[in-house]
Amino acid sequence: MTVTERQQLSYIAAQAADARVNLEIETEGMTLNIGPQHPATHGTLRIVAKLDGEQVVSAEPVMGYMHRGYEKLAEVRTYPQVTTLINRIDWLGSFANEVPFILAAERLMEVEAPPRAQWIRTILFELSRIANITLFLGDMAVQVGAITPVFFAFRDREHVLNQIEAATGGRFHPNFDRIGGLKDDLPAGWVAETRQAMRKIRTFCDQIEELVEGNEIFQARTRGIGVIPADIGLSYGLSGANIRASGVDWDLRRDSPCGLVHDQVDWKVWTHPDGDSFARFWVRLQETREATKIVDQLLDAIPSGPIMAKVPVIIKVPAGEAYVETENPLGVMGYYVVSKGDVYPFRVKIRSASFSNVSITPWLLKGVYVPDIITILGSLYFILGDIDR
Amino acid sequence: MSLVPGLVKGLVVTGSTIVRTVFPKRGMRTMMPAPSKGAATVQYPHVKEAPPTRARGVIALHEGNCTACMLCARECPDWCIYIEGHKEKAPPRRAGGKPRQVNKLDRFDIDYALCMFCGICVDVCPFEALFWSPEYEFSEPRIADLLHDKERLSEWMETVPDFEDYESGSVAKKLKVPPT
Amino acid sequence: MISLLAELSYWQVTSIRVVAGLVAVLLVAGTLVYAHLFKMVSFMQSRLGPMEAGPYGSLQLLAEIGKFLQKEDIVPARADRFVFKAAPFVVLTSTFLLLVVLPGGPDAWFISNDLGVYLAMAVGSVSVIGILMAGWGSASKYSLLGGLRATGQLIAYELPLLLAVVGVVIQAETMNLQGIVLAQAEGEIFGWGAIGNPFILTQFAGFGIFMIAMQAELTQTPFDMPVAESELVTGYMTEYSGLRFLLFFIGEFATAGVFSAIAAVLFLGGWYVPGLDPADNLFNVLGPLVLFGKVVLLTFLVFWVRFTFPRFREDQLQRLAWKFLVPLALANIVVTGVLKVAL
Repeated sequence: MTVTERQQLSYIAAQAADARVNLEIETEGMTLNIGPQHPATHGTLRIVAKLDGEQVVSAEPVMGYMHRGYEKLAEVRTYPQVTTLINRIDWLGSFANEVPFILAAERLMEVEAPPRAQWIRTILFELSRIANITLFLGDMAVQVGAITPVFFAFRDREHVLNQIEAATGGRFHPNFDRIGGLKDDLPAGWVAETRQAMRKIRTFCDQIEELVEGNEIFQARTRGIGVIPADIGLSYGLSGANIRASGVDWDLRRDSPCGLVHDQVDWKVWTHPDGDSFARFWVRLQETREATKIVDQLLDAIPSGPIMAKVPVIIKVPAGEAYVETENPLGVMGYYVVSKGDVYPFRVKIRSASFSNVSITPWLLKGVYVPDIITILGSLYFILGDIDR
Repeated sequence: MSLVPGLVKGLVVTGSTIVRTVFPKRGMRTMMPAPSKGAATVQYPHVKEAPPTRARGVIALHEGNCTACMLCARECPDWCIYIEGHKEKAPPRRAGGKPRQVNKLDRFDIDYALCMFCGICVDVCPFEALFWSPEYEFSEPRIADLLHDKERLSEWMETVPDFEDYESGSVAKKLKVPPT
Repeated sequence: MISLLAELSYWQVTSIRVVAGLVAVLLVAGTLVYAHLFKMVSFMQSRLGPMEAGPYGSLQLLAEIGKFLQKEDIVPARADRFVFKAAPFVVLTSTFLLLVVLPGGPDAWFISNDLGVYLAMAVGSVSVIGILMAGWGSASKYSLLGGLRATGQLIAYELPLLLAVVGVVIQAETMNLQGIVLAQAEGEIFGWGAIGNPFILTQFAGFGIFMIAMQAELTQTPFDMPVAESELVTGYMTEYSGLRFLLFFIGEFATAGVFSAIAAVLFLGGWYVPGLDPADNLFNVLGPLVLFGKVVLLTFLVFWVRFTFPRFREDQLQRLAWKFLVPLALANIVVTGVLKVAL
């Protein structure tokens, strides 16, 4: 039985159960509002779920409780100011948000960051990926009921955040990327400390593997739950680890490395054939390990040189349009920047990964049980700032 | 599938974390429980973690360097810097010279209730009048008190650390912090 | 002690028993909260836990109680007021009733009832009613789901719990808990009686089933579907605040303590330590402490598991109970019975 058939059958079962219950004893389904304030939606996502017993008949995500209007705000900010705002989109891996925007602006201005800047940019990009996904690894365990892993996640994410802070000055909002390079060079001793942090993250991954991934209860809760077939996932615009867990071998870091130096190092894109919640967890766990390897290799070979290209003090971006997308921790993030030759962008369209990732929930949540809603939402891994912007 | 069930492995992970937290020391003094050393957390008001030198804690103002040029106030993404100044005649540097015209700072306020700690003002300052200090303990019971005036901002100058050396391979020029 | 009690009048004995019962429940619950919920779990998660209130945070629980007492006792507008308000007391009553049959020493007991095990199992399930009342009376969807889950789960796990005990009862030839302790103290394993016969050695399957079922009975992870913070917020406790939440909270830990005490009596030899004469008057003082030590050990297991594992889904939980635990418990009874008759 293929995954789609199973999905369909469970949906039919849900419908049939609904009809039967309504015929025999006059009952009606229950509407359960999961969110906007609910521990599982970590933020203010609201899921309106129509239930029959504990089975979901239909579910609909309601977004916009945290809409901050960054696309509009960016139109009245200069290019350097915009990076301050977009730090706050995916607040767990915020450096990664700056990169595609800066790359788009650089493409319009036709400047290129010097190699050292590109190298450090890639290192920080991967560090923010680790900081982000580390928390997911703990958070996923909380969603299925284990409390301890998330404390491990907070404990070990700290090592990465310390490195990000030591280099950029900001733990969560680095604002370190500049058009044409970086704000500052690395402080002395940073490379050695980062290597140590990477070692700790690998230990953390081993711990999570034993504590969560290998746990039979965790596997029973996640295997076969929330199966996304590759074609459905692609048609809903899923990206990142969510689509790689469905067996689609698609990673922008490898496929179109624009401005970042992922092609200079030796690494692997992990995929999983199952497409269920466990696969999504597994792929992210492997990705964290892979990211530590990328960072280690990059640290070995940082080229020397300047970190800023020659750019004017007052940045005026020539008229034109550019769309740049990168493989962010949550998936593909892209910025479409339209410039009319002013100090402000004329229009910025932000394609954030989580928005597309949660759009599959109405399809995915049909026919599952209430506890599985939480598992599926947890495994899709969205960040509210990334949905609502 | 390994021989040891995952459930047991999980128990071993958490159990060994308990042991490592309570008995962090190795060797002879293993049996002395010292959880405050083994824990990853610190008891904040009693023990403080030192932020890195570059940490963006609070902005310090070197008043003597400021020329009230308003660049920082204009570049601030949420416009939380308020500057007023006037021009003054200063005595000439050399005897017999013309009196110089200097910009005198009347007011330099940063509203930390609005500030996003992005660091753009420190970056754009062409006269090296603004510096980051890693101090972070300046919360106030009243929101109005978060508006730091130029005296308060100058006080932070004492806490500004020297700039760090750069990692090898860097060609960036190391900046200096002016003496207060 | 018998002679001492015999000289006292009825009301004096009763008041001593009430005080002893309160101490046994509240002090044990308080110790468990501090030792396990505050400290053991904190160390497990590489942190220190409460450190400010009292030395090493030992008075934190009092501070928490003070905080809860100050909070407003909110009753939701559409709640069934009486049912909503009474529910925590029903849950707590079940805990106190469980205590009645527990022996703490050769003469230190509340009631020596020949149907002790039976009574314990019966009143232990009274808490289900309280939980269902809380879930139904709250007029909240999350509470309702939590209450229904709790009921389904507790009924499912009563059975393995009861069946696991039957093996012990067969071996001890009595349902009196005091008798079970003495049977373990004086028994021998296939002719070897150096440490008596703690039934954990001969009834290891029963012990395993009892601990798993107890975990479910206490609604601790991996069986905490009814409270499931991440999906049902806190299930049947969602709408409670202030004193009534505190009662649920104390009830949870007190029940964990009392159930562990029952497990200790049934499987670990209760107040008895090997090598001493069980009729010794010393055990009237030492016995409760020994029992308490065993309780701490067992609750450590309970909370270790609780904070390590994820939780089951409702259907997986039922499957485990009916397809695995109940057949295993029945097989255990058969084997025990056969061996009992054969030897």
